[in-house]
Amino acid sequence: MTQTATAVPVSGRSREGIAQRLAADLRDGFVVNLGVGIPLLVPKFIPADREVILHAENGVLGMGPLAPAGQEDPDLTDAGKQAITLVTGAAIVDSATSFAIVRGGHLDVTVLGALQVSGSGDLANWYVPGRNPAVGGAMDLVAGAREVWVTMEHVDRAGRPKIVEACEFPLTGRGVVTRLYTDLAVFQFADGELRLTEYAPGVTPEAVRDRTAAPYVEDL
Amino acid sequence: MIDKFRPEPAAALAVIPNGATVAVGGFGSSGRPDTLIDTLCDLDRRDLHVVVNNVGGDFTGIGRLLAEGRLRRVTCSFPVLTDFYDDYFAGRVELELIPQGTLAERLRAGGAGIPAFYTPSGAGTMLADGTFPLGYHADGSVAACMPEREHREFGGREHVLEYGIVADFALVKAHKADRRGNLRFRLSARNFNPLAAMAGRHTFAEAEHLAGPGELEPDDIHLPGVFVDEVLLSSALSPKLPTISRISP
Repeated sequence: MTQTATAVPVSGRSREGIAQRLAADLRDGFVVNLGVGIPLLVPKFIPADREVILHAENGVLGMGPLAPAGQEDPDLTDAGKQAITLVTGAAIVDSATSFAIVRGGHLDVTVLGALQVSGSGDLANWYVPGRNPAVGGAMDLVAGAREVWVTMEHVDRAGRPKIVEACEFPLTGRGVVTRLYTDLAVFQFADGELRLTEYAPGVTPEAVRDRTAAPYVEDL
Repeated sequence: MIDKFRPEPAAALAVIPNGATVAVGGFGSSGRPDTLIDTLCDLDRRDLHVVVNNVGGDFTGIGRLLAEGRLRRVTCSFPVLTDFYDDYFAGRVELELIPQGTLAERLRAGGAGIPAFYTPSGAGTMLADGTFPLGYHADGSVAACMPEREHREFGGREHVLEYGIVADFALVKAHKADRRGNLRFRLSARNFNPLAAMAGRHTFAEAEHLAGPGELEPDDIHLPGVFVDEVLLSSALSPKLPTISRISP
């Protein structure tokens, strides 16, 4: 658990590779909310034989791809305020119902990026002190979804581990993360324990250990 | 005969005083009642407490209220506009930052006669523990923090107590409205509009189309007119999409 920025270089999954790895775990019929960043890369990797319903916080169930240029409708946007399309069978609800879906346990998975994740599944992803605070639906999503899957680079730009004993950034939720997909490995949180279930192709156990600042067990 | 149609926005909104708390519908510019917001500006109303999901990304809508210095406090989940934060950190406007689902439910609850409710959203975070700055002094020091939420465990899980919001007035936007105030929304422009309308003691709705008798079937109505006091025609169709976009992947 050395915190080192001088570890031997390692080449794991790309951002698209992380999204692709996560998409393989989405099951047919899942209702899923995707946050900004790597999660938005997930839809194109969802296997063709699986129907996944995409939820947007502003009241859309059954989101399709972004609207083609020239066909944008200002009355149809996603939670990032981009013009979208709907799939056949989509539904529109108001914001209270949209979050009843989230908090009521009707959302199978929320996929989010993270600043830091702690060994006990705490998530920090909404606010960097000193910058401009905004929360949106992040706290509702992590409190309400049945599963919280985090995608992120294993270390930050300075090479510091993002999997830590305790988050330094303000929390989005405590003990909420259930799975973690990084460029180097896949983890699951179970029984209050962080378990590494898979190394990315070509990544050694030492490379992960050198870049992870919370205890975990191997459960391959 | 009930006729909630009003021809003149400035005459109708003249009852809103300086200092009022106003719930506003919309998500970004989608479904935002710009005709009514612009009328508040034209009436030179100030010292407003606005409850809305976003301040927005430019100087239209809530951004215009901000740019013209008309806001005392904003209760929202996602401000966006950089100028809003400049005003916040300089002590010119207060920010009550609320998780988006909690904000929606607080409006719904207020309009439904539920004074408070427990939710897991935000439990264990600085939006619930009394450390998030509600406002700053001009010198940059913290003037006040959002109050600490009461906590209670249900099923072994921590929840926080959140209060329903009843606003003095509400401004919302619909696709169609009839003279009884029945509203129908279009696609994701619905968002916070029905909830803001319910939370207002006195609610104004602007609509893109004023519907004639029988044009809205009972099953077509998303929000019944009992929640709406006055109806005006939107002076413009839906605003263009904002130029800001999400952080690119």
